[in-house]
Amino acid sequence: MVTAVTSLSRSGLSDWLVQRVTAVILLAFFVFVGVQIASGVSYAEWTALFAQTWMKIFTLLAILSLAAHAWIGMWGVFTDYLTERLMGSRGNVLRIGLQLLTSLSLVIYVIWGIQIVWA
Amino acid sequence: MKDNRPVNLDIGTIRLPITAYASILHRVSGVIMVVASFLLLWALEQSLASPEGFASLGELLANPLVKFVVWGIATALIYHSLAGVKHLIMDFGIGETMEGGTLGARLVFGFTAVSAVLVGVALW
Ligand code: HEM
Ligand code: HEM
Repeated sequence: MVTAVTSLSRSGLSDWLVQRVTAVILLAFFVFVGVQIASGVSYAEWTALFAQTWMKIFTLLAILSLAAHAWIGMWGVFTDYLTERLMGSRGNVLRIGLQLLTSLSLVIYVIWGIQIVWA
Repeated sequence: MKDNRPVNLDIGTIRLPITAYASILHRVSGVIMVVASFLLLWALEQSLASPEGFASLGELLANPLVKFVVWGIATALIYHSLAGVKHLIMDFGIGETMEGGTLGARLVFGFTAVSAVLVGVALW
């Protein structure tokens, strides 16, 4: 399948597993950060939290997970709807274009995330 | 081919099961979160950059439109996460029957509705 070339790992089984492992990491991160915010944080507490190495690693892990999870997820969405069968050859052009845009954005998220957490 | 033949899969005329709505909303909320992640990263950057940046986020949150957007993102994330957990549970073979699927979808919708109200109360 020509669509496989833009999947994250070129393997459906591996993508499926990565999708699940990253889901659990994202869930842990959002629950943790959500509880912090819901209980109310001051600027000093917030920056102190993100100054710790484990939190930097946890955050970067979450951003890397987000990139892999969203890459796999959006690949599924694009290859379902933007296809030759549904849209003719326009579908292929649109799909590849949007996939490139998505992947580029996700890589930028990761670089930006590193700069936020470690700069 | 006659083009006035009846259309079989006219999705607008089919009453979809609740599991179908649960599924498509998981997809919609996932796509919303990909876009929202940009705002979350921006908020993280602002909040850590300086005390002024941190305070400016709090001020931004006073705007009703911003409140609504934050509420929408939170609700999409909560729905996507709950439906995602349901996915993971079903991956272990639990609740893979029609009844199980319907019950799971109802639980996810119910918990999301309650959480959406709680987030709304916290914001307003
Ligand atoms: C910012 C965070 C997140 C983003 C941007 C995101 C995005 C996405 C997208 C676009 C999809 C594809 C949807 C589809 O094909 O229908 C997806 C699937 C999935 N998401 Fe997320 N997601 C996020 C967080 C989470 C969390 C916290 C969980 C919690 C368990 C989760 C669980 C899942 C699962 C299990 C799938 C696979 C569904 C399937 O195989 O059909 N996601 N996500
Ligand atoms: C990485 C993601 C996020 C970041 C960096 C972030 C950052 C912030 C910051 C800096 C504030 C101001 C805190 C204050 O003034 O006390 C805030 C307020 C708030 N955020 Fe977020 N936020 C994030 C995600 C979320 C999510 C996922 C939710 C909902 C589940 C949420 C709900 C709220 C609420 C309800 C407030 C108001 C809290 C209050 O007034 O005490 N945020 N956020």
